[in-house]
Amino acid sequence: MAKVNFKIWRGEKGDGGYKEYTTEVTEGMVVLDAVHQIQAETAPDLAVRWNCKAGKCGSCSAEINGKPRLMCMTRCSDLPLHEGVTIEPMQAFPHLRDLVTDVSFNYRAKKQIKPFKPRKPDAPDGTWRMSQVDVEKAQEFRKCIECYLCQNVCHVLREHAKHDEFIGPRLFVYSAALEMHPLDTEDRLKDLKDRDGIGYCNITKCCTTVCPEHITITDNAIIPLKERVVDAFYDPLAKLFRGLGKKKS
Amino acid sequence: MAQAKPGLARGFGKTSRRDAWWVQSAATAVVLTLFIVYATWAAFQNANYWHDNYLSPFYSPEIFGQSPHRWFGPKPGWWPAVLPFSPALIILPFPALFRFTCYYYRGAYYKAMWADPPACAVGEPRNAYTGEHGWPLIVQNVHRYFLYAALFFLLFLWHDAWKAFWFPIQQMSNYNPRGQNPFPDVPVKFGVGLGSLVLLLNTSLLTFYTLSCHSLRHLVGGRRDDLSKSPRSLLCYTCVSGLNKNHMRFAWFSLFGVMLADLYVRLVASGVIKDIRFF
Repeated sequence: MAKVNFKIWRGEKGDGGYKEYTTEVTEGMVVLDAVHQIQAETAPDLAVRWNCKAGKCGSCSAEINGKPRLMCMTRCSDLPLHEGVTIEPMQAFPHLRDLVTDVSFNYRAKKQIKPFKPRKPDAPDGTWRMSQVDVEKAQEFRKCIECYLCQNVCHVLREHAKHDEFIGPRLFVYSAALEMHPLDTEDRLKDLKDRDGIGYCNITKCCTTVCPEHITITDNAIIPLKERVVDAFYDPLAKLFRGLGKKKS
Repeated sequence: MAQAKPGLARGFGKTSRRDAWWVQSAATAVVLTLFIVYATWAAFQNANYWHDNYLSPFYSPEIFGQSPHRWFGPKPGWWPAVLPFSPALIILPFPALFRFTCYYYRGAYYKAMWADPPACAVGEPRNAYTGEHGWPLIVQNVHRYFLYAALFFLLFLWHDAWKAFWFPIQQMSNYNPRGQNPFPDVPVKFGVGLGSLVLLLNTSLLTFYTLSCHSLRHLVGGRRDDLSKSPRSLLCYTCVSGLNKNHMRFAWFSLFGVMLADLYVRLVASGVIKDIRFF
């Protein structure tokens, strides 16, 4: 048991500053527990979004000592407590209050993506048949808990605020899950190239690094999508073969 | 989109991170710079790049040149007079551009050499940003074409690795090349030298690096959503995906490997060290 100094960013709509709190950290505590303790002891008006406390709802995303993390999955014992702990809100989204940001950009961007469009059913009873190996490629993406830590760390959104031209890693993962689905027949490549700005991604893998579900975002979602965009728009040989294939058929 | 960001410190290098976030980028910048300087120096030497059956990977395939490893004649007449001739200058642009456009290296040098970003969650020096969405970086999309070249070059590198185990009975340095690759006519015997192992290791690392390429992964099966219908594609995709997980490691190991292989051949050829023959 030790008294630990927490420096929490407090304010409203971007205006504010750090406020320091001291609370006792006991064995097994996570950062969210400490924030709740601070709320209970000294700062009942401290705004923090949370829900499951089990790393599954993706609500308590924040920046702990400068690193985007889930507060409920960050053990206090893993931090250098003697130096104190800094907690800040996510920086890629409009600030609301204290540790809470407005993540509605993600919902709006998601709505623009063409939805799942399955092929005609394989069987007369309206069902489909899929092979496990075909489903596996996209299955990893289903683990996403929409914590938006990947969006927060992506410098295209965080530093350059390209929210109008770039949908960000989370929504590339979503697009990849749809594009790679063996039943899906929709074509999203033009949207990915033009509207969603996949070309802005410069593959620095920060999104993969911060993902609490360990989804290999860059290697398994973004780069394969980039390669599909290359097939469709930048590779003259692929275009030629597609043209020949169409003529043949 | 209107942003109301918390009033946290912003600007180049500004971050609340407490770890030594700059170490990885600095190390990458130093190693890549050293490699570029060494490779450029080695490419312009046009000397000490071969010794008997050993050929530096920087000079392979030697399309035109003075050594018995050359495939065609000596320096071609069309070579521009203003540019010093070296067999390496003909071929090095291809593997160099394969690395330059590689998905792993792109991420690494955007961070290390261009600070875009300097590290994850660290402030950048510039506000303007086009990424690979516009010129000039949109050309990174041609990576697969350099992959094709790299795969072709691997055939020659394996040929060199094989030759590195067959030592000429007469000193190759006394051999006066005349237009054609003389190796088929030279009496050789099997042997293993340290150089043979160095060249074999280098070619193996380059093979792993090339075969773990993201573009190759896409081309052999990643582009398909019905892999189950093509067992051959599925097998290739599974193998390349397995290698792809270690693409970063292969990228670095093969970078060091190719530099050390050139250095070894160069030191042996210039007489600084003697090749160790195991048998």
